[in-house]
Amino acid sequence: MNYKTFMKGGMAALMAMSLVACSSSASTTSSSSSSSAGAIKIGASGPLTGNAAVYGTAVKNAAQLAVDEINAAGGQQYEFKAEDDQADAEKAVTAYNNLVDWGMQLSLGTVTSGAGQAASPLYKEDSIFALTPSASSTGVIYKDMKDSSTAYGNIFQMCFTDPNQGTASAVYLNEHKDLGTKVGTIYCSDDNYSTGLETNFEAKAKELGVEVVGKQTFQTNATDFSVQVKQLADAGANVIFMPIYYQPATLILQEAKKQGVKATFFGCDGMDGILSQDGFDKTLAEGLYMLTPFSADSTDEKTASFVKAYKAKYNETPNQFAADAYDAVYAIAQAAKAANLTSSMKAKDMCSAMVKQFTSMTFTGTTGSNVTWKATGEVSKDPKAIVVKDGAYVSAK
Amino acid sequence: MAFLSYLISGLGLGSVYAIIALGYSMVYGIAKMLNFAHGDIIMVGAYVAFYMLSSFGMPVIPSVLISIVVCLVLGVVIERLAYKPLRQASSLAVLITAIGVSYFLENGALLLWGADTKIFPNALPQGSLDLGSLSVSYLSLLTIGVNIVIMVCLTLFINKTKTGRAMRACSEDKGAATLMGINVNRIISITFAIGSGLAAIAAVLLCSAYPSVYPTLGSMPGIKAFTAAVFGGIGSIPGAFLGGLLLGVIEIFARAYISTQLSDAIVFAVLIVVLLIKPTGLLGKKTSEKV
Amino acid sequence: MKKKNFLSNAFSGSMRGRTISFLVVIIAYAILETMITTGNLTRLFTSLLVPICAYIVAAIGLNMNVGFSGELNLGQAGFMAVGGFTAAIISGMLQTTIPNEILRLIIAILCGGIMAAIFGLLISIPVLKLQGDYLAIVTLAFGQILMSVVTNLYVGVDSTGLHFSFVNNNITLGDGGTMLISGPMGATGIDKISTFTAGIVLILISLLVVYHLIYSKEGRAIQACRDNRIAAETVGINVSRTKTLAFVISATLAGAAGALYVLNYSSVVATKFDFNTSILILVYVVLGGLGNMTGTIISTTLLFALPEVLRFLSTYRMLIYAIVLIVIMLVSNNEKLKTMMEKLKVKGKKNKEATE
Repeated sequence: MNYKTFMKGGMAALMAMSLVACSSSASTTSSSSSSSAGAIKIGASGPLTGNAAVYGTAVKNAAQLAVDEINAAGGQQYEFKAEDDQADAEKAVTAYNNLVDWGMQLSLGTVTSGAGQAASPLYKEDSIFALTPSASSTGVIYKDMKDSSTAYGNIFQMCFTDPNQGTASAVYLNEHKDLGTKVGTIYCSDDNYSTGLETNFEAKAKELGVEVVGKQTFQTNATDFSVQVKQLADAGANVIFMPIYYQPATLILQEAKKQGVKATFFGCDGMDGILSQDGFDKTLAEGLYMLTPFSADSTDEKTASFVKAYKAKYNETPNQFAADAYDAVYAIAQAAKAANLTSSMKAKDMCSAMVKQFTSMTFTGTTGSNVTWKATGEVSKDPKAIVVKDGAYVSAK
Repeated sequence: MAFLSYLISGLGLGSVYAIIALGYSMVYGIAKMLNFAHGDIIMVGAYVAFYMLSSFGMPVIPSVLISIVVCLVLGVVIERLAYKPLRQASSLAVLITAIGVSYFLENGALLLWGADTKIFPNALPQGSLDLGSLSVSYLSLLTIGVNIVIMVCLTLFINKTKTGRAMRACSEDKGAATLMGINVNRIISITFAIGSGLAAIAAVLLCSAYPSVYPTLGSMPGIKAFTAAVFGGIGSIPGAFLGGLLLGVIEIFARAYISTQLSDAIVFAVLIVVLLIKPTGLLGKKTSEKV
Repeated sequence: MKKKNFLSNAFSGSMRGRTISFLVVIIAYAILETMITTGNLTRLFTSLLVPICAYIVAAIGLNMNVGFSGELNLGQAGFMAVGGFTAAIISGMLQTTIPNEILRLIIAILCGGIMAAIFGLLISIPVLKLQGDYLAIVTLAFGQILMSVVTNLYVGVDSTGLHFSFVNNNITLGDGGTMLISGPMGATGIDKISTFTAGIVLILISLLVVYHLIYSKEGRAIQACRDNRIAAETVGINVSRTKTLAFVISATLAGAAGALYVLNYSSVVATKFDFNTSILILVYVVLGGLGNMTGTIISTTLLFALPEVLRFLSTYRMLIYAIVLIVIMLVSNNEKLKTMMEKLKVKGKKNKEATE
């Protein structure tokens, strides 16, 4: 026996063992069938590791919180499982299949749009109902992202679609010319969410006659924004539209301060969470506007109790992703109750019942009041405009 | 005027790349290995400095020193555990192990410190020197200054001290060095220690300029610095400095004058062109192969 | 010294080694297909089959570069991107004219491979002028450039044909037109036509191609060059033509792998094929053994499946994966273990001689 053969044999043995491990679990779980414990199984996948881990973790934490609260209140019990997909299409597909092996009956879909676009056809094929808290691209609910007639029909969104937000931003800026009339945009050119928002913003701005003086881009994980900020400043922009996440936004705000650029900064729901970054200098964000469905400082009862519970359990302030996930679970529970779902039902039957509920019910949660859904899966709720004043989020008119 | 302003930005960015590239180049020059985990040691240094500065409220110098010590120890530990056993193996095996160490550090940081981005405090001077309509940030000047000091110190150390000479001997021929009575293991550990200490300094400068601290923060700067080190001639210390500065300038100019979407692609394209003209990098030594 | 012997043994015309690799693939296919048809395979594992085949093909190609030619290629994922997105375009274009999925898959994979081969040829011109770590960094640079280019590509098809746009989306589609590639959104609306059988066939073909090159006269010339370039040159070996061929074949295999991969998902973004994926494939190759194709097949399967199988460890999963990687590298290169194995081998031989 020589060294090479030993290694090959060892590898082959390992491979055989893992094959057995993988296949043996097939006989113990049933695919998309009933669960034996009486709890309805809700699955979800999101980035729990990797660059975007902060979003997946927020969704997982908030959803678990909601499930625990609902279970504690008695009535139909739920079981929740979140799988890691690293915001990657390939991993989202394996995460989905893993969840199906576990016996998933209802789902929160995926957290990110890129992953969602790959997983949605699978949800459609297996007829499993999904309500995503944050995958906002129309490609997640429609087969052809530009054509609403190709909607899958069993996938719904708790968050605004990207076109919706981009358009709403343009409308807001048009109606609030006091914020500035020359708009510069800066967006992340290799990100689905950011590009989608910007494209729709531009189209609506053109339609309304909003003047866009400059358009700058950057890539994910970029650190230096000196060129982009300088060029927008040189073009005379006094409103800077940033349909991006709060991490690059922080760097842009810092660069703007460094260069002495005076402008109104305007973001969308990805901007939420900027104030709760450990070590963030809140004066940097003074006067920052954002269109978001959720404001952690809001005093309404649902929001306040959610924030309190989340802080108590996880030691940090929830962001918009968490809030949408929390609402999504409650919305599912509301619909499931109205449809009298039980854990012994097949996922397929649950799906048609849920779709019926969602297209007819109204929901009030932390991210919206009197929220309704269209048959295409799009949510209808009003975005709130928030401005940062004295280091806190304040409702803007 | 815009040109000069971009040039200054480029030099500022480049000085950060240079200081990371210095660590890379030094370790490669002496231990002949590409330490892929270098960027992640920077990340650890950044987190340590962050916690020292913000949670413990310590002043800058002690925080940096503690960060240097932590990184130093981490570098030596990694070297002893993961790289030393592979001293006789092919350089490819060490590369893969370095990748494993990199994944380990990134995921370990994620579990220890969480996924949310932390903002590095403004511990270093933030203002700028105004020269007419141009302004040079104090931080950039400081970074370039630190670069030069480190370069001078390293060059003196390697050329004038006994350990330095031993390091040069190791980089030329480990076998002969052992025959000369040099403890090669100790020398390589010292090399990693210095490289990791440099990483900590790089971390503080990097995060003062771009204050986001997150577990994968070392990844992109690591690749860019590796590119800069090769650009300038890997193993050459002034080469790393030059390569870093040039890379920063090229990146800024590409972004400003050609395209913001394609700036990374253009930087790499320039690198390829330069390497075709000068195959061992700008200041790289042309190595003669012994038959 | 030791590592060179190991490599030469792998390539010393060992008929047994080659047959084993084919047998491993065919037997694995037979077992898995039976498991699939009898419904014994979990959905998770079924979904892993096609990606594993794709990565195996890409890894076999990379093994040609790294193990055989001795070049460190850090840009393999870039060629996968080229092949994959070409396949997405071709498949999208031919969706109505060629409804037969298998035929369309074959054509798409061929086109993907050919496009990657063209880029491979162009790129090999500057790359093969360099050596060692400089060659590595240039391949890394090209990989990033290819990925950057594909991320900014817009391709749409309508009744008037294909429309291209770069960086800015200036395409206006006619009636019944669809966007095949939308810049950063990647390739969308892909018809999922890849199958496990196609993957296995692709692996077998790549083994044939690679072995053919390795065991030819030109193949031996390349190995001579890898082991000692100056000696090879003094003997009059001109390897640039064959090295180019090896590089192009490697790129073609990566392109075909990319095509198989992309046509397995309804939506793929270009940033998937970045530096990290190139490194991942390199890890598979090194762990499987340089020049050892069977090893590559086994290591790719195990390492790809490992994070998925470890899902029960939740957030500690990737940390454990990293530790496993380091431990495997340390163990398989451990001098003490190697000498122990040698001693066992010698002992075994002695016992054999004693009993004869």
